[in-house]
Amino acid sequence: MTLTVFTALLSHWRRNWLQFFALIAGLALATALWSGVQAINAEARASYDAAAATLGEGQFDQLVPRAGGTVPQDTYVALRRAGWQVSPILEGRLDADRGRVRVLGIDPLTAPGTMAPVAMNADADLGAFLEGELVFANAETADRLEGQIPQRILIDEGIAPGIAVTDIGAAQRLLEADGQLSRLTLARVQPMGLPPLSAVAPDLTRQPAQDAGANRLTDSFHLNLTAFGLLSFAVGIFIVHGTISLAFEQRRGMVRTLRALGVPLRTLVVLTIAELVVFAVLAGAVGVALGYVMASVLLPNVAATVQGLYGAQVAGTLQLRPEWWVSGMAIALGGTAIAAAGALWKIAHMSILESARPRAWSVASGSGATRLGAVALGLFGLGAGIAIWGQGLLLSFALLACVLIGAALILPLMLRSAVGLAERLSTTVIWQWFWADTRQQVPGLSLALMALLLATAANVGVSTMVSSFRVTFVDFLDQRLAPELFVQIEDEARSAEVETVLRNEAREVLPLLSVETEIAGVPSDLFGVRVGPTYRENWLFLDRSGDVWSQVADEDAVVVSEQLARRAGLWVGDPVRVAPDVTLPIAGIVADYGNPLGQAVMSETLFRSIYPDQIATQFGVRTEDPEALTRILLDDLGLPPAAVIDQARIKAFSLSVFERTFTITGALNVLTLGVAAFAILMSLLTLASLRVPQLAPVWALGMTRRDLGRLELLRSVILALLTTLLAIPLGLLLAWVLLAYVNVEAFGWQLPMYLFPGHYAVLSLFAIVAAAVAALWPAFRLSRTPPSSLLKVFANDR
Amino acid sequence: MIARVLLILLLLPALAQAQGFAGLGTEADDFAVPRAGYRFDFPQDHGPHPDFRIEWWYLTANLEAEDGTPYGVQWTLFRSALAPETADGWGDPQVWFAHAALTTEDAHYVAERIARGGIGQAGVTVQPFNAWIDDWRMAGPSFDDMRLTARGAEFAYDLNLLAEGPLVFHGDAGYSVKSDQGQASYYYSQPYFRVSGSLTLPGGEVAVTGSAWLDREWSSQPLADTQSGWDWFSLSFDSGDKLMGFLLRETDGTSFSSATWIAPDGTTTAFPNGAFRAQPLDITRVAGRDIPTRWAVQLPERDVDVTVKALNPNAWMGVSIPYWEGPVTVEGSHSGKGYLEMTGYE
Repeated sequence: MTLTVFTALLSHWRRNWLQFFALIAGLALATALWSGVQAINAEARASYDAAAATLGEGQFDQLVPRAGGTVPQDTYVALRRAGWQVSPILEGRLDADRGRVRVLGIDPLTAPGTMAPVAMNADADLGAFLEGELVFANAETADRLEGQIPQRILIDEGIAPGIAVTDIGAAQRLLEADGQLSRLTLARVQPMGLPPLSAVAPDLTRQPAQDAGANRLTDSFHLNLTAFGLLSFAVGIFIVHGTISLAFEQRRGMVRTLRALGVPLRTLVVLTIAELVVFAVLAGAVGVALGYVMASVLLPNVAATVQGLYGAQVAGTLQLRPEWWVSGMAIALGGTAIAAAGALWKIAHMSILESARPRAWSVASGSGATRLGAVALGLFGLGAGIAIWGQGLLLSFALLACVLIGAALILPLMLRSAVGLAERLSTTVIWQWFWADTRQQVPGLSLALMALLLATAANVGVSTMVSSFRVTFVDFLDQRLAPELFVQIEDEARSAEVETVLRNEAREVLPLLSVETEIAGVPSDLFGVRVGPTYRENWLFLDRSGDVWSQVADEDAVVVSEQLARRAGLWVGDPVRVAPDVTLPIAGIVADYGNPLGQAVMSETLFRSIYPDQIATQFGVRTEDPEALTRILLDDLGLPPAAVIDQARIKAFSLSVFERTFTITGALNVLTLGVAAFAILMSLLTLASLRVPQLAPVWALGMTRRDLGRLELLRSVILALLTTLLAIPLGLLLAWVLLAYVNVEAFGWQLPMYLFPGHYAVLSLFAIVAAAVAALWPAFRLSRTPPSSLLKVFANDR
Repeated sequence: MIARVLLILLLLPALAQAQGFAGLGTEADDFAVPRAGYRFDFPQDHGPHPDFRIEWWYLTANLEAEDGTPYGVQWTLFRSALAPETADGWGDPQVWFAHAALTTEDAHYVAERIARGGIGQAGVTVQPFNAWIDDWRMAGPSFDDMRLTARGAEFAYDLNLLAEGPLVFHGDAGYSVKSDQGQASYYYSQPYFRVSGSLTLPGGEVAVTGSAWLDREWSSQPLADTQSGWDWFSLSFDSGDKLMGFLLRETDGTSFSSATWIAPDGTTTAFPNGAFRAQPLDITRVAGRDIPTRWAVQLPERDVDVTVKALNPNAWMGVSIPYWEGPVTVEGSHSGKGYLEMTGYE
């Protein structure tokens, strides 16, 4: 009997394949968006974790040079011989022919805990490692190193991209840093009664275990992606809910008949649940597969973006990780459960004698909208409370949820009011009917329209955020890339020669001297610059005191980046130790977006006195004729073409990083709008058959089917337009929450919010076009409804 | 975690030899091997022998506070060579590691250090004598007059060692055979250290006095690959006699034994396989293993028939390669104190 009943239940879907398709496709799309985003996040996280594990960053306290430079190996031995359980690390860049590699030298004998995920095996014994014969790297990095180093390279995919792990001794040889170390990690457990660090190693400072700065930055990026994924899932769930509700409404007759035939209610409910589980698993599997495809298409972009923005590397290939595909399946099942709960409850409580006539929910009374509106107001209140009193990332997300769900729930009420107003204002009969009919349609379309609202709002919000970031960033690039040409030489010996030529040919020559160092405990780049008109005219300060550049030129002050200032808790006027014997006040603070390292800028003369061995290998050049100068550099000096970079190219490259961000946002925009359009299409198609009895009288009164079709299309466009009008302020609110709350929590700084009306117009247009396209086919079908079908309405009425 | 586990696995061959279990790495490869008839040359032989694969400076002390509370202290420095040579810098194939322990009747504190040779973090020099790893040291003007220090997270000790007797050579004048197949090591001891100093425990500092026994041993292939572990006894009887005896357990259940009887004046008698006997009496569950913590020990040739009992049955050395090592008390035909080391119990 069970099988028979189950077959009977399934017969509904056989007869309504479109509904079945909507159900599966909606659920699959929702799952795909969610699991795709999760897959990208999981992949990136795994890469960061590998990096953190490889570098031991974040897990252990570190001892770093107080004023930059390196740690002498003798200091390490002195600390060990004083009892301190420290382990040496040497890091540096190795320029291989096929790209840069970060060499990480460790001492496996003293390395604490999980620092070196180096998979030793039969052909990689510790002895060979300790004797400096082995280098571990992932396949891609190994490829870059192949033939470049004397060591044997062993592939270990557990190592973060771009990093090569080797013994400390081998690293010293590879990086030509004999007797030097970058930093020391401190074991968590230290012996009792140790002498104070300051007595043994006064030049080192202890940096507490913490998440590396880049982690927080990249987290923010992923947070935004997650928010997007969650929104997309919400949109998908609206579709599924709509489809399931409708299907259950339509099956009321079947349910009544089955029960009248003696099928126990329990069996019926269990079978219905079984049916839904089968669908959810099916759709979930399709969704996870789609998500995989989506993620693998987007991942290279994400990897490039994250690397470009934050310097963190993400592997470019996707792995099937349980954390995302399991969560994808779970959310498909959970989503179905949420979407179907109401419908199941109705079936379970349906009286056997109740009318079998589908009380299509399109005719649900207006009280539903009012009730939803009340819930929405409650959510808005809660959101306001969070905005005022709340703090923390989680609450920021709760605030987002309140705003978005509230807006979705209040949509039917607002649409009803708007349409009601139009109805009162219209004078002709046809239009009065049109508006009345539209009002009638609102409940049936409301779920799809909510999906459209959320999709459009998400797009507006995210694009506002990304564009605001971009505007800020472009300003910043203009400031930093003022010189027309950049000249980079490989051979330090030619530095003076190149500078002489440049000095003769160019308006202003700006040698760029820099060292990687540690300032106030923050990993930073220290720059020595030749103060001149370029710096004076182009650099904008977030905060300053007096004539910043004159103070810098007089060696009386330094300029630091916002990151360095905020992380070190310093501001204008505070003294900062930038080199072992140099402490200067901060004269100005500059923005330096997207750079995990701090920056400090001092005058060239001071820099040269501190680091007499540093030779400028980079020059910024101001010139009226970049092309002529480029020719001189290439032809007369014989510099390779790659050595001369014009400003426009660097800027283009930097912007291309942003374009990738836009590619991702753009792709997600299209996907979410696509999902919303699909929801509208499905709602209209399923409503179409129910609409025939309502349209037949109008047709009988003389309106042509063609006109009916046109009005149907117009209605969709008008509803989409109204929804979009609401979506724009909602999107802006979303952007504001993202910039003012989520970003502050995640990034640690607030970005200015810019408005992009043109952008919003285009997005609205997209939304309306999506709705129109979705309505096109149903309208076309309506205009081709056979007169017999319309006539039947009257026949059946009798 | 992974690295640590792997590290242990990789160090295992060297360490297993040092500790005499797991039967790994019994080949001498290019390393020197001990020969009978070797003439020791001091103080040079107190220092390292890098052409041998493994070597240790192994000190155990039975101590007592003024109120009579017994304590045990262990200080061990191991040298394990990846190749029979030395070099300056990180490329030095000599790896050093050390264990320190402090045992009371109800507590046992352990610490471990590992270091590379070649950079000054660990090593041994002979004149003046200095054996060190990190801040742990056994050093002094001569091998007979040293200061011993070590500390861990919860304990520390600082002891003065004064030798009151001669060096003692085991086996055939310091050539100690370890199996029927001829595996052997160079092995001598200084069992006559008088100790005074202080222990630092979580409860505070304690002044102690007592005696210590220092073993020096080096080899390249001390064990046969059928040997799975050992039980090593160093006993100081109240009569002034001392007994060093060990059982090397074979995987087939038999064992190879060896013993040295040390008269109060330092004259030694070496006993061949079979003379020295030791039978477990009580088993204690320690760190998930069954460890014999009370033994019947016999050397019939010297009328020794004693019960050796652990001061603290839980003297488990939870280091990279774990083993049991702790102070013991002796009762029966002779009474006294000593140290017991047991390895290879899985």
